[in-house]
Amino acid sequence: MNALLIVCGLGFISLVAEIINLKKGLHIAIVLGLVVAVAAVIGDWNTSATFFNNMLIFDPFSVAFTCLIIVVGIFWFCLTSPFFIGESHQTDRTALIIFTMVGGIMMVSFHNMAILFLGIEILSISLYVLAGSHKESFFSNEAAFKYFIMGSFATGFLLMGIALVYGATGSFDTSEITMHIEGHKAGLPGFFYVGILLMLVGLAFKISVVPFHFWAPDVYAGSPTMITAFMSTVVKIAAVGAFYKIFGLCFFSVQMSVLPIIQGIIILTLLVANIIAVYQNNVKRMLAYSSIAHVGYMLLGFISGSVKFEGILFFYLASYATTSLIAFGILYAIENAKGSTSIDAVKGLYNQNPFAATCMTIALLSLAGIPPFAGFFSKYLIFGSAIEADHIMLVIVAVVTSLVGVYYYFKPIIYMFSPAQASDKLYLSAVQKAFLGMLTAAALLLGLLPEWIITILS
Amino acid sequence: MITLFLILWPVVVSLTIFIFRPKISKQIALLASLVEFILSLVVIFQFDGSGAAAFSMNIPWIASLGINFHIAIDGISLLLVLLTTGLMPFIILSSFNGPRQNSPNFYALILMMQMALIGVFTALDGFLFYVFWEMALIPIYFICLIWGGENKSRITLKFFIYTLAGSLLMLVALLILYYKTPGQHSFDIQALYAAGRSLGAAEQGLVFWGLFLAFAIKMPIFPFHTWQPDTYTVAPVEGTMLLSGIMLKMGFYGVIRWLIPMVPLGVTDWGFVAVLLSVVGIVYASALAIYQQDFKRLIAYASIAHVGLMSAGLLTLNKIGMQGALIQMISHGILAFALFYICEIISVRTNTRVIASLGGLRTNAPILTTVLMIAILGTVALPLTSGFVGEFLLLNSLFQYNFIIGATGGLTIILGAVYCLRAFQYMMLGKNTTTTTSISDLTGNEKIVLYPIVILIFVIGIHPDPLLKISEAAVGDLLELYVNFSAKTK
Repeated sequence: MNALLIVCGLGFISLVAEIINLKKGLHIAIVLGLVVAVAAVIGDWNTSATFFNNMLIFDPFSVAFTCLIIVVGIFWFCLTSPFFIGESHQTDRTALIIFTMVGGIMMVSFHNMAILFLGIEILSISLYVLAGSHKESFFSNEAAFKYFIMGSFATGFLLMGIALVYGATGSFDTSEITMHIEGHKAGLPGFFYVGILLMLVGLAFKISVVPFHFWAPDVYAGSPTMITAFMSTVVKIAAVGAFYKIFGLCFFSVQMSVLPIIQGIIILTLLVANIIAVYQNNVKRMLAYSSIAHVGYMLLGFISGSVKFEGILFFYLASYATTSLIAFGILYAIENAKGSTSIDAVKGLYNQNPFAATCMTIALLSLAGIPPFAGFFSKYLIFGSAIEADHIMLVIVAVVTSLVGVYYYFKPIIYMFSPAQASDKLYLSAVQKAFLGMLTAAALLLGLLPEWIITILS
Repeated sequence: MITLFLILWPVVVSLTIFIFRPKISKQIALLASLVEFILSLVVIFQFDGSGAAAFSMNIPWIASLGINFHIAIDGISLLLVLLTTGLMPFIILSSFNGPRQNSPNFYALILMMQMALIGVFTALDGFLFYVFWEMALIPIYFICLIWGGENKSRITLKFFIYTLAGSLLMLVALLILYYKTPGQHSFDIQALYAAGRSLGAAEQGLVFWGLFLAFAIKMPIFPFHTWQPDTYTVAPVEGTMLLSGIMLKMGFYGVIRWLIPMVPLGVTDWGFVAVLLSVVGIVYASALAIYQQDFKRLIAYASIAHVGLMSAGLLTLNKIGMQGALIQMISHGILAFALFYICEIISVRTNTRVIASLGGLRTNAPILTTVLMIAILGTVALPLTSGFVGEFLLLNSLFQYNFIIGATGGLTIILGAVYCLRAFQYMMLGKNTTTTTSISDLTGNEKIVLYPIVILIFVIGIHPDPLLKISEAAVGDLLELYVNFSAKTK
């Protein structure tokens, strides 16, 4: 809880920083503030408490996910200092990012549908603005507008769903809803299920799974690269966390009624996202589709209903966030140097900057699920739990799409190791190098010693 | 402990080379591989010859999932560890005058590969085995991608995805078995054996195919071989040596350790199909080898033919066949290394590997010609060469298994003689062509590499007993497991 307050406070600090002329030290102050927030989260470890009349709950799940959001946020801030320094609206952007994180933390720690809605709105509205933060870029504007319209639409679905569920159960409180469902299993009205369905649609938009993904590639590709990185890490953690809290915990006993739909979503997501990713010539767009595909794998674990799923999901998100931050961080540096994120821009990267190429290679290998990196282990856990639940067909689909994944993840690798045309170098600042190195080490360590992360939630 | 050291030592050196990029990285790599070889000799001297797994180490890795870091060496592992550690210094030494001699990354990748190979050959935990199996793929992929020839990116990616497809099937099969282990699930090999045997015949058949496809792609046997000729041809010569000399043995090792004892009913039911495919592969690849213009490609097809014989002999499930396959793996490793190295020497000096444009190499390069002759005689399994021992045992087992299959398998020797001697005749004998008039003979470094190889070819051919003894007890135990189970179910 303290962490949420600290992060909120940081948001206000960055808002007033413009007025009291604190711009210079703001970036470092924010990072330090987030470190304090992490310390506060760790103070809450293994405790469970509710706040504001059961509006918020900080149980081990919420605490772990909050911690992940803030830690990834810290790394994100350290990798993106150029995005803030030397550009206008530094304080506004910082504040928006921080408020996105506030929304994210609320989404993983809600105990009341109202807070879920509030969290999603705080997160989304900040993101709509951030997506358009390259004001002169046509694509950035397009991304913001598209995201806004699609996002509001999805929110509408979600709100309608919440209202219908409230109508059927008489409460916004998640544990009361669960208890009501348990008590009146046979007598639930039809519109209750419609409500669940509408909520599923709304949340599916937010986690961007097929067929509710149409906004994602354009928004991801149009937004400034580091905002895309933020969307595919912090925002993804929050959205998937919220999805699990609703469908895995709150609606657990009526899960069966939506499982066939989720199974369909999984198959579509895995096939469509992976196959379209093959045809992308822009690394950023490819990573956008890959991010959609990874949610498909996470959902595959979700429907398998393993008792260890919370740990598996946490591990998956942690490893995905780690590797995707590396990839986007390097892509951002490339974009700054060459003005493009197309596949030709990464050509010859190994000759231009061996360190960046090595980190990027490890990140892509991990995303493709090659041992001994973190991504392999997360995929393994998902496949394992799916086989345990006898979803052999789905596993075979996932195996095939993983192979397709290798094809498009290896394309940039092949380009990176081909000889470069010009002798232009790629420079990384010492901070960027240090943090990319740390993330790469994490991608390896998570794969070699996954035990402590998986068991963190059991 | 020594097993762990065998695995860790190459990684440590590899990372050192990769990070500090010393100017003398090739010498460091050679020294490291020699140290590794000496260590493996120490293992041999301490080895007691029994079938039990020795030098073992078993510590929990991911305890909550029943995954242990369990490694050990028995007779079968020992032979393959010896092949890996023994061939590695030769491969590194052979690169000393080549275009990759100043690249630290190259040596770092080779040593990384050695780590993964030793890991595969010593792992006794299903998950650990899978991880090493996959890790072996990454260094070889990059070796081929960075230093390969024409069309390398397309061909190496095909190779990677092809083998990964097999690996993922293996992972699914292992996972199925893992969830059949009672109580707290475990990946320990004994637990997986027990789980595999508790299955019915149909389920064992499924698991059999999951595992066998992975191994068949790696070897490769017909019809899963289509990645192989392209990859062997396009890979840099050290990569080809690693692939054919050591890496394809991973597939055989997999069959011996992870397939036959795991799903005996599956092997009984489907073994014949596998033997048939292998034998078809022998004839098919030999026939294609006869028509190859490129000498490197010819060796690649020859390799498929020999692999077919080995896998057929292995799957006949009698002791002679298994022992034959094991000794043939060693012999094939040495011979493949020699052939690819000579091919590289010729192609560097004449700028071509096309057999038709070569000729009369004998006049200017008599030593080279002699060494190639010996290697080729080994390949066609002339008595007193290393190739003979293995092929004799393998064919013997095939004839015991089925006369027609044995006779078809026997074609490997006749057809082998056709394509090998034909190539030899065109390249070495006859008149000089424009490309070969000024060719020089073997130089110092090349002699240092090839002379010991020649000696090995003869020593193994004349006195194979010590090698056969190493694996005898382990193979016996393994077959006993299999036979006991089959008898019980009957």
